[in-house]
Amino acid sequence: MRIEGKGLIDRAHPVRFSFDGTSYGGYRGDTLASALLANGVRLMGRSFKYHRPRGPLTAGSEEPNALVEIHGKTNQTPNVRATVQEIFDGLEARSQNRLGSLKYDLLEVNDLLAPFFSAGFYYKTFMWPRAFWESVYEPMIRRAAGLGRLSGKHDEGAYEKAWAWCDLLVIGAGPAGLMAALTAARAGAQVILADETPILGGRLASDGGMIGGEPALVWAAAVEAELRSLPNVRIMTRTTITGAYDNGTYGALERVGLHRPAKANLPRECFWRIVARRAVLAAGAMERPVAFPDNDRPGIMLTSAVRTYLNRYGVVPGQRITIFDGSETGRALARELMAAGVQVAGIIDPRPDASSLEDCPVHLGAEVVGSRGRLGLSGITVRKGAETFEVETDCLAISGGWNPTLHLTCHMNGRPRWAEDLMAFVPMEGAVPGLVAAGAAAGRFSTHGALAGGQAAAQGALADLGFKVPDIALPEAEDAPCQPRALWAVAAEGRAWVDFANDVTTKDVRLAAQENYRSVEHMKRYTTQGMAPDQGKNSNVAALAVLADATGRSIPETGITTFRPPYVPVSIAAMGAGGRGAGFAPQRLMTSDQASRDRMAPMIEAGLWYRPSYFPKPGETTWKEACDREVMMVRNAVGVADVSTLGKIDIQGRDAARFLDLVYTNTFSTLPVGRVRYGLMLREDGMVLDDGTSARLGENHFLMTTTTAAAGLVMRHLDFVHQAFCADWDLRFISVTESWAQFAVAGPKARALLNSMLDAPLGDVPFMGLASVPVGGVEARLFRISFSGEEGYEIAVPTRYGEALFRDLLARAETMGGGPYGMEALNVLRIEKGFVTHAEIHGRVTAFDIGMAKIVSAKKDCIGKAASQRPGLSGPERQQLVGLRSFAPLTAGAHLFRPGAVIGQAADEGYSTSTCWSPTLNCWLALAFLTDGRARLGEQVRLVDHLRGKDVVCDVCDPVFLDPDGGRMRA
Amino acid sequence: MRLTCPLCGDRDRREFHYYGSDAYLDRPAEGAAPAAWDDYLHNRDNPAGLTKDLWYHEQGCAQWLVVTRNTVTHEVSAVELVAGRAGA
Amino acid sequence: MPELIAKEAWQGQAAVTRAGLVLAPLQDRPIWSVALFPGGADGAATALESLGLGFPEPNRWVSAAEVRLVWTGRAQAFLMGAEPPAGLAGHAAVTDQSGGWAGVSLSGPAGPEALARLVPVDLRPGSFPAGAAIRAPVNHMSAVILRTGPETVEVWVFRSMARTLWHELTEVLARFEARATVAG
Repeated sequence: MRIEGKGLIDRAHPVRFSFDGTSYGGYRGDTLASALLANGVRLMGRSFKYHRPRGPLTAGSEEPNALVEIHGKTNQTPNVRATVQEIFDGLEARSQNRLGSLKYDLLEVNDLLAPFFSAGFYYKTFMWPRAFWESVYEPMIRRAAGLGRLSGKHDEGAYEKAWAWCDLLVIGAGPAGLMAALTAARAGAQVILADETPILGGRLASDGGMIGGEPALVWAAAVEAELRSLPNVRIMTRTTITGAYDNGTYGALERVGLHRPAKANLPRECFWRIVARRAVLAAGAMERPVAFPDNDRPGIMLTSAVRTYLNRYGVVPGQRITIFDGSETGRALARELMAAGVQVAGIIDPRPDASSLEDCPVHLGAEVVGSRGRLGLSGITVRKGAETFEVETDCLAISGGWNPTLHLTCHMNGRPRWAEDLMAFVPMEGAVPGLVAAGAAAGRFSTHGALAGGQAAAQGALADLGFKVPDIALPEAEDAPCQPRALWAVAAEGRAWVDFANDVTTKDVRLAAQENYRSVEHMKRYTTQGMAPDQGKNSNVAALAVLADATGRSIPETGITTFRPPYVPVSIAAMGAGGRGAGFAPQRLMTSDQASRDRMAPMIEAGLWYRPSYFPKPGETTWKEACDREVMMVRNAVGVADVSTLGKIDIQGRDAARFLDLVYTNTFSTLPVGRVRYGLMLREDGMVLDDGTSARLGENHFLMTTTTAAAGLVMRHLDFVHQAFCADWDLRFISVTESWAQFAVAGPKARALLNSMLDAPLGDVPFMGLASVPVGGVEARLFRISFSGEEGYEIAVPTRYGEALFRDLLARAETMGGGPYGMEALNVLRIEKGFVTHAEIHGRVTAFDIGMAKIVSAKKDCIGKAASQRPGLSGPERQQLVGLRSFAPLTAGAHLFRPGAVIGQAADEGYSTSTCWSPTLNCWLALAFLTDGRARLGEQVRLVDHLRGKDVVCDVCDPVFLDPDGGRMRA
Repeated sequence: MRLTCPLCGDRDRREFHYYGSDAYLDRPAEGAAPAAWDDYLHNRDNPAGLTKDLWYHEQGCAQWLVVTRNTVTHEVSAVELVAGRAGA
Repeated sequence: MPELIAKEAWQGQAAVTRAGLVLAPLQDRPIWSVALFPGGADGAATALESLGLGFPEPNRWVSAAEVRLVWTGRAQAFLMGAEPPAGLAGHAAVTDQSGGWAGVSLSGPAGPEALARLVPVDLRPGSFPAGAAIRAPVNHMSAVILRTGPETVEVWVFRSMARTLWHELTEVLARFEARATVAG
């Protein structure tokens, strides 16, 4: 029911929305919960386990009951708290966790079976047969007990992530937060003021009151206006600080587009990482419910929530309201309700001596011991001394005292401290370095306490940071003493809920204690208390108080479970914002990219690079046809491939050669200028890190090549060796991968192709030689190296000429019966020659394993040499690189066995790493590692691949299948 | 977590690559006994308290850093350049 | 004989304006890495005098006319806009990086706020003032970032990643624009 003239909603802007298909009206500024309550809808959900009818317990982000699905055009979002979701025109909300309708949920039968569903029920019941765990029990339990549903589709919504920096982060914009922000802002500090609601003021918007002689909200508005006028202040509304992390880093979730119709490119949420030099936690406090039998009916809600609905939204959740509260706050609420013309049917106050109230019955020394109403509250049972009586009511406000919102102070392993005078946990000072709690979050519940605490916290931070602390007179405000209450549970027969969200009752907690789950951590896991989306915000303290009672310990002795981030549920999409699609990883494109795509080459990823897989010709229907053709083209004519992705590192200095000697197993100081040498690099543990060629461009100048896959890894390794072991050497190096476009030209006609385009005919460039050659007036580097086994060259030009050179090379090659070749052909060519890639040097092989022990120089030290000589890293027990041949298809990743062996782990003798069909040799080839392989050439092994159904006997041979003498390369 | 790179300043940990103990800096001399290599490569302390480890400012200045931090309090008390340390 | 036509990193890419921010591709220019050898600082400084430039402090860049010297690492700077003076040899390793980098400028008062979506470093003028140049990531890309005007920041990444940089920035600007239209 809406109350005229009350609330901060915008009555000039009516809004229409729907809930479970029914259209309702509300106002801008309403939450889904306030708007539904205004329409007389109390039933908003079904409970997790027992499918009990539920309505909102709170008016904030800690809501355990009123969770709904929000359906948009492209998004379906489950478990949205109706108390947080703002309404807008077209909002479509649906209730969740029901079978049938919300009013006639077929799974309500669970509630009748409740005697069987106590804590540990699942663990004890669904034990046998084991085969039923996944196939029967789990799907059944998941269907019955649960939350909202996902759409099953990709989340196509826009999300954002962002960074922010400040001197002072103020968390919460109630009186403490506003005062802290104002103090820091006037000092000139960079301030971020974050609040999870759309407006500033915190409880002032719900509780009213006076500050500095004027209505509290007038004061708050003046502070807000000043803060908004200052360039050093950023106000972030609808933003929840979700976590406190090391060194002043805070996570925050901003609801950007969730409160309005979807709009293209508008982020739904933004996940912020805020770096703050200091922080003030002014998050206020949360009211605790009281456990009494059937305390979970729609219509039973916290006193603070009723007050918020009344004063902030102009809504009363009932016509005859009762209040179960042992403090003056309950009296204040009763007065406000009566002033608004709402009937208050009674105040039930457990204190034996407390004030009375005009026009309203006050039952002192009384407790609520029961409730009635199938889909919503219709009456309560009150016990006073020996007598009980019924009170007709459709809304009961309950209060079991207040818990400071101290969760963030526990995010870095901090534990809260029990304050007996407040009957509450309060933050442990210094638990998060740089963060100070103020106001109700620190256990100071009066408005004056909030203002003074906020100011003091900001002043402390300013002094720490070296700011001049401004002198601001503290405005006058009420300073009523805290009225500590310890009413956790009413002693009465029946199920009394502690954790509404996970359907945990006081009985469950006592059962846990009885079954010896006495530790609060064990009780939590046994009962699931505190493990629902609200993470026990409403129930933790009460649950441990019940546990303390059941185990005969005090609350501080019992302790509290750990609060961990995030403080509120955070969508994975928000945390992963920017990481979908093209944002997942940078796409590195070669200069030949467009030319390859022009030829319809499918591109494949190689690290971050995109490389052409093959170049299909008209009439070719499979990749293999194109690949076979390209291989034979290189073997018989000439092929061109872009190899710019190989890492290129320019190394200079008088100690450059000495450095290469240190990082390569073989010697480079002896390499003549103008020559290229193959090099093998080890990790310090003796395993092969990478291989490649290095060219000596000058006496003190080398160009190192790494594999595409390991380019970054090698750079990191070289930086380490340089900085850790020889920082004082005359040596500098830098990646030049991006500065050069480099193309392999390979095949018997390679020289002819080059000669047709170079400005001067190619002189005598020996195998592993290098020359500087002008092409079209551009100085190019020519390396005579081969990764195909054919006469091969790699020609490099500055990147800007790459595309032009590639297109020119292709055009010329095609007149000679050649053309481009892609990664598939490149792979076949190198397997035929037995050249290794990271499929073979995968991090667990030694130089010995790949047959290169001879290039680990005996004459000098190098990284990894000592470790590579350890026992067990060489010898016949090692799995060694061999070739396998077969006429039946082979697969990589298959395991090798002796013919006749029993297939199984014990008989495993190795595995294949690379395979291909060789159009040159007309058979299948594989590179493989085989125990004592080099001594077994000519034998047969069985290649078994259970995953792909292969079981092939093949011949073991030398890994260099083609041209073992290298005559073709040296031609 | 944040680290103050001696060159780049205060930066988020996402910019850094973690490697391991600073023991990797004390490479045994050529010909050292196998036990020395075993210690160098494999044997590490797991202290509750101060520890020194190596981080690489991969997304920044590409410098290797020795970070002194407390595994209990998470406090970072020093960040030094590997290349700038005494005797390097 | 082939005619090799040079292709700019941003060939054909026009500037875009969104939400009051101008994202513009920058022309290729000569870029040379100047990395000092141990003990090479004085000799390099003498050689650089011919360009009117001193070697920049960490996280700074200096310029004379159109020529810049931008700090990019320990005892390392990028000379942008000119060929290196001959006298550097022996004092510094000089390496051609031209064409290996692609740069954009982002101009407008909200530039730092937009870049805060991708760069984990505060680029507001107070902490990233005139003359500042840093190495920092742009989402997953390694970048060199310079303040070149009161409201202008330049971002340089590897040339092969140019398209990704453009994609990331235009996506940020689109979100930014959508936010601006619903502000309040």
